[in-house]
Amino acid sequence: MWAFIHKLGSPKWFYTISSRLQPWFWGLAILLLLVGSVWGLAFAPSDYQQGNSFRIIYVHVPAAILAQSCFVAMAVSGVIFLVWKIKIADMAATVIAPFGAAMTFVALFSGAVWGMPTWGTWWVWDARLTSMLIQLFLYLGVIALRGAFASRDSGARAASVLALVGVVNIPIIKYSVNWWNTLHQPATFTLTERPAMPMDMWLPLLIMVLGFYCFFIALTLTRTRNEILRRESAKRWVRELVADTGRRG
Amino acid sequence: MAFDSFSALLAMDGHAAYVWSAWGLTALLLIASALHARTERRHLMQNLKRRQRREHHADRGKAHES
Repeated sequence: MWAFIHKLGSPKWFYTISSRLQPWFWGLAILLLLVGSVWGLAFAPSDYQQGNSFRIIYVHVPAAILAQSCFVAMAVSGVIFLVWKIKIADMAATVIAPFGAAMTFVALFSGAVWGMPTWGTWWVWDARLTSMLIQLFLYLGVIALRGAFASRDSGARAASVLALVGVVNIPIIKYSVNWWNTLHQPATFTLTERPAMPMDMWLPLLIMVLGFYCFFIALTLTRTRNEILRRESAKRWVRELVADTGRRG
Repeated sequence: MAFDSFSALLAMDGHAAYVWSAWGLTALLLIASALHARTERRHLMQNLKRRQRREHHADRGKAHES
């Protein structure tokens, strides 16, 4: 078991395995996002109350779900780095943070332009929206804190601790629509209940969510590999790898 | 299709500005992240290659001197 974890944590092993995995995830992401977009934009029926503005759901919900998943992934990587000093976990946390921030911004922005035609306002200071805005600031804090130290290791540890502390915001976001009175509608995806919308509205949403997840996995694999090249450039296997790609062109 | 024509799809029944700005930003950020990851890799590889070539030449230079 321990041998397996350490093998998993070895940059060289990760680099090899991820090179085989990443084309699949990129391909799957492009396929799902294309199918989901065309279906969601052109073929799903329009909502009887909201008309066509409801089509924002197909980017809003996946981005919001992913923004929170990214934060949890970043915090888990932080714990792995803090406890077991596994470098690859910190590399993953480094590349997840800006993407998570981007997805949080997408969720906030698409929510605002959805709010205008539906609620008549871009923004209200209610629990769901405010806790999501706090998450954006937490992401920016994690990114800034990492860069604020002269030593990479101190920055990595500080960023991990902040990510770990910031994770308390996740259940607040999730349950904000149940705990407080809010304009925001309750969760679209639940494991316990049947979806409240018809299948040909709900299926493209499911496809979009899966597409966003595949995109996230693909991007994280590719950028973690870049991070390995950057940080391990003095290692012998990286030097050989660079020399090899040089020969091929 | 839920629309009568392509122009009706673009118009989104008067909600075009909202729908397309949300979708546009999403597409922009996703495409930009994917392209950034690719150029990042290319630049890293080029830099590493250049550095190794330089070190290689420096080593050879030293060997000639001694």
